[in-house]
Amino acid sequence: MSLFPYLVAAWLFCIGLYGVVTSRNFIHLVMCLAVVQSSTYVLLLTIGYRIGGMPPVFAGVPVGTPAVDPVVQALMLTDIVVEATVVALLLSLAVQVHKGTGTLNPDHLRELQG
Amino acid sequence: MNPRFRRYFFLISVVAFFGVFAWGLHDLPPFGHYRGPYGDILNHVAVYERHATDVVTAVNFDYRGFDTLGEESILFMSVIGTSLLLRPQKKETDNNDGKADNSLQRDLDESERRRAPAASDAARVLTLALVGPLIVFGWYIVTHGQLTPGGGFQGGVILATPPLLVYLAGDLKTFKRITRQEWVEAIEGAGIFGFVLVGLLGLFVGGAFLQNLLPLGQTGSVISAGTVALLNIATGLAVSGGFVQLIYVFLEQTLEVKLRVQGGK
Amino acid sequence: MSLSSIVAHITALPVATPLGTAAVLAALNKFLPRRMADTLAILATLVTLFTETLLLYSVRSQPFVYWYGGWAPRSGAALGICFVIDPLSCALAMLISVLVLVAFVFSLRYFDSIGTMFHVLVLGFLAAMSGFAFTGDLFNLFVFFELMSASAFALCGYKNEETTAQQGALNFAITNTIGAFLVLCGIAMLYSRTGALNMAQIGRALGQQSDATVITAFVFLLVGFYVKAAIFPFHFWLADAHAVAPTPVCILLSGIMVQLGVYAVARVYWAIMAGPFAAHRGALMSLLLVIGTITSLLGAIMCFGQRHLKRLLAFSTISHTGLLVIGFALLDPHALSGVALYVAGHGLVKASLFIGAGILLHRYGSVDELELRGRAQRHHFSGIVFLLGALGLAGVPPNLTFLGEHAIDHAATLVHQDWIPVIFAFSGAITSAAVLRVYGRVYLGWGDRESLRTGKQIPEERETAGPHHRIPAVMILPAFLMVIAALGLTLTPKLRRAAETGAFTMADTAAYQSRVLDGAHLPNTFAPPGQTALTPTLISTSCAIVFGLLLAAWSLSPLWPKQDVIVRPFKLVMGGLRSLHSGHVGDYVAFLTLGAAAIGIVLGLLIRRFGM
Repeated sequence: MSLFPYLVAAWLFCIGLYGVVTSRNFIHLVMCLAVVQSSTYVLLLTIGYRIGGMPPVFAGVPVGTPAVDPVVQALMLTDIVVEATVVALLLSLAVQVHKGTGTLNPDHLRELQG
Repeated sequence: MNPRFRRYFFLISVVAFFGVFAWGLHDLPPFGHYRGPYGDILNHVAVYERHATDVVTAVNFDYRGFDTLGEESILFMSVIGTSLLLRPQKKETDNNDGKADNSLQRDLDESERRRAPAASDAARVLTLALVGPLIVFGWYIVTHGQLTPGGGFQGGVILATPPLLVYLAGDLKTFKRITRQEWVEAIEGAGIFGFVLVGLLGLFVGGAFLQNLLPLGQTGSVISAGTVALLNIATGLAVSGGFVQLIYVFLEQTLEVKLRVQGGK
Repeated sequence: MSLSSIVAHITALPVATPLGTAAVLAALNKFLPRRMADTLAILATLVTLFTETLLLYSVRSQPFVYWYGGWAPRSGAALGICFVIDPLSCALAMLISVLVLVAFVFSLRYFDSIGTMFHVLVLGFLAAMSGFAFTGDLFNLFVFFELMSASAFALCGYKNEETTAQQGALNFAITNTIGAFLVLCGIAMLYSRTGALNMAQIGRALGQQSDATVITAFVFLLVGFYVKAAIFPFHFWLADAHAVAPTPVCILLSGIMVQLGVYAVARVYWAIMAGPFAAHRGALMSLLLVIGTITSLLGAIMCFGQRHLKRLLAFSTISHTGLLVIGFALLDPHALSGVALYVAGHGLVKASLFIGAGILLHRYGSVDELELRGRAQRHHFSGIVFLLGALGLAGVPPNLTFLGEHAIDHAATLVHQDWIPVIFAFSGAITSAAVLRVYGRVYLGWGDRESLRTGKQIPEERETAGPHHRIPAVMILPAFLMVIAALGLTLTPKLRRAAETGAFTMADTAAYQSRVLDGAHLPNTFAPPGQTALTPTLISTSCAIVFGLLLAAWSLSPLWPKQDVIVRPFKLVMGGLRSLHSGHVGDYVAFLTLGAAAIGIVLGLLIRRFGM
């Protein structure tokens, strides 16, 4: 049972990749990439969790109370910013691809073969 | 590869990949038993050393403040990159000079079809009434990052929503009037530059880049935790400016950019 | 106060200067005249380069560690983020700055810079790569990895008129983002195991244990960074991206960004994994040698089959990066010094070759080899870049690439991998033959227009402002300076020795750890003196250039077979390889998944089942 939360992260990674590979629409594909990314959130938070630990905010709580790991939360915050921005970049590329070719389907774009 | 073959090829690969992933995970410490030491040390020392009650913010803006400079720059580069990619192409124009009246062009120009019906009065009143409180709330989140969950990133995103609400309640013209691009770019650049500047001041005053240079203040007060508060404000500026610019370029691209050449696509 | 203690204060500048300048340029986007932006950007790059030179000078005898925010470690536990300044990271950062400088100088004639955005993005790229070279913190490495990606994606799709540019950038962005997530998963697993993000601390905490978590985490880091380094089977994005990116961006992508992927794995290996893999060096070595060899051969063959000049150079980069992986795979400091020299030599040569392509695009509005046939017959002067570049790719002495190959060959004979010079000769021959063929066709008008029908033709627009009838000095001069530097630097006394010192210092894991964690002042580690035979490398490189010349001449002569039965199998192979490079991002991600799984399984089996 103690492995289960980790496996959720691995599962999210794989199912997100499945979406990326089989996607027929770049917008959908970018969202699948966000699913892959969410697996890293799950993994990071799972790693820092401590049973019975409180959030690492010591407002009105004495220092020394068992708390979960603040570092992974800080890392996850970075991770979220990375995602938001990468998604914005990818969507703008998708907008331009659609404008240039009239399609968002990767199957219909073959100009770069060879 | 055709789609069918690709799917089977991938399914076989991903099963193996999942196996490798799971093999690596099964040796990790069991769930709920974080062993430290990094997080535990910080949980113990951050409140004393930084006078910040929110340890996550202390990590983000002090102990690992350099990461946050990089992270803010990722946002910055992506915003600039998005504006670059979505700039009007040579065959397009983004000014409403009446060319869109040509009916042939209107058919080809998708932006015409994306016009939403005007918002109802109820929606207008409600969204506009939210603008003031949201600005106050965003500012509150930015300035209280060292005390409670929140900080420059979260507050910056909240501060970027009022212009979006104005667009939803009104129209693009109003949105563009209140978000002059020169100003948005200046705010964003000022946020990044402010972060670098605080870092350099730390270098001159304290001896290391991003070293604290302000009095730490009283734990639990708004003016505490030294440079953490300054960095939060710089980040808040950069994030709010960045997100407003993202909204701006996407709205402009989808609603206003017109084909310049008639009938040509 | 000694020099190094003063110099330590400027350690943050290689990151802070470009970022601060980028912020100013972005804030004043609408107000700054173009030339002002150019000047500021070049000044910032020069300051960065100067800082790095000072840093290199100050660490010539002893590396130092710089803690951001002044958070020095307490009883062996790091609280903050550090930069580890050692000779190799300084030299790498200097190479980065030089190439960025060249890119800025080249882009002085860029026709459409859209305010200051191009400058802002390149400066961000510079800050990211410098930070990436210096950092001693694993998560910070990831942050700079992503910063590098974010600016590179946008720069790659710069020409938003061309749909191929957007597709190339999309493929690049999607595959590299997945690579970054793999890196993050690897970091998370190591963090869970050791509770540390500092590389030295992770390494010390792991000691010698190599359980499933450590192996998998290393595989994820390896795959993530090798996606960036475009190693088989993760290389597909590179040709798409390089073929469509503007020339100054190609200089940076091909000249240094790709190689930083190899550097990151080497850094992670020597700082963290040298302990856990101490007993399993054989397993890692065999795996990496196989991957590197396949990459190198595949890149070379694909390179020869291209008619789009930038795409041709892109595949040559893949081939040479494969050689770098072979060098690193020997897991030996001697070979590491060779890799460092090879990176420098290849970076300079490849950047000048891309400038050569940019010059042709400027002058004749095309980078298609067949379209350009014979059109540059009156411009032999710029053709010299291609000739010297081909020599550099083949590793002909006195190129830096020759010195690098020599060090790698030497390390290879020590571990009885005597076939490695053959791979170097093969890749050198084919890639230099491709470049020589381009020279012959474009500058001499040899060959016919029909022989190379198979390659992909991608239309490309001019990037530069007129007048187009002459070649501006800001284009041709940097190209010449770089190819000459690649030749001349070899004659610098003690360069080889300095590279060895850098490599041995980087590979000295114990010293690295006590420098970072205990604040120990330890001098550089020096290589044991000794002479090595030049013969294998001389044979290898002369074979490379002779076969390269013969192959180029053959491919331009009427004897080159057209529809013969003899070339049928070759064409079948080429057709198969081409169809793998489908331009479909789904295929690329599927291969990425397969590669990650295969590397994990093979490494796990070799270590667990065969006890290697």
